Amino acid sequence: MVHYQARLDTTFAALSDVTRRGVLEQLGGSEASITDLAQRFHMTLTGMKKHVSILEQAGLVVTEKVGRVRTCKLGPRRLEEEAAWIEQHRQLWSARFDALDELVEHLKYKEKADAQRKRK
Amino acid sequence: MPNAKESSPAATNRTVVERKSDHELLVTRTFDAPAHIVFEAWSKPELFKLWWVPKSAGMSLLSCDMDVRTGGTYRLVFSHPAFDQPMAFFGTYKEVTPHKRMVWTNQESDQGAVTTVTFEENAGKTLVTLHELYPTEAALDEALAGSAEGLPEQFAQLDELLAGRS
Repeated sequence: MVHYQARLDTTFAALSDVTRRGVLEQLGGSEASITDLAQRFHMTLTGMKKHVSILEQAGLVVTEKVGRVRTCKLGPRRLEEEAAWIEQHRQLWSARFDALDELVEHLKYKEKADAQRKRK
Repeated sequence: MPNAKESSPAATNRTVVERKSDHELLVTRTFDAPAHIVFEAWSKPELFKLWWVPKSAGMSLLSCDMDVRTGGTYRLVFSHPAFDQPMAFFGTYKEVTPHKRMVWTNQESDQGAVTTVTFEENAGKTLVTLHELYPTEAALDEALAGSAEGLPEQFAQLDELLAGRS
């Protein structure tokens, strides 16, 4: 459990940045070198290395150095666990609030009907 | 979201769930009714029990005692075929301001959240904001990762149901 929580934290930290989310999307299409990524996201090599390193620590990206080029690709860690927990909560609350919505509609019409009856 | 009721207002009023910080979960939704009606559905046990437990969950609410006033207490007891024993959830209402705000504690564990619900009426509609504040980051992760409120079966069944509809 503790291990799982620590991983979630690292993942959320990694995903909290718009560039890093963009990098993941990019790598979802194809592998790329740090240089490619830096160019695509209009930043310095050093800046991109930092982003990639954070994604790497979270296990979302793996890199491999061949010669002078460091290639990045999506890591073995999937986003599914993280997506799953927010989705579970969304489903629970959606189901609850859909039921509440129906009840509230019913109460609203009941109140209207009662008010009309009183007026007659 | 898969929605079986395209024509109902529920289809247009979306439930938004966000992890606001390490310690906080935020759920919001707008209901097409004045605040006093929405508040009634949260504060009367006979109404509350009609919606709090999703039908798909296979859970039954054995009892629902709610003394909804500042300093009052609540106790909900659930049963589920997968549990040996019924499970109780209980706590205290720290603040109840009719038609506006409710704050309650979750005292079944020392890692329980403090839940704040606000009702904001605007042009006959009511925005409900539910905020859960956990004592530690670990407690929120536990609630989320281990399936909230210790009800793994609930989500599994809900997942199945929703998957079947999509």
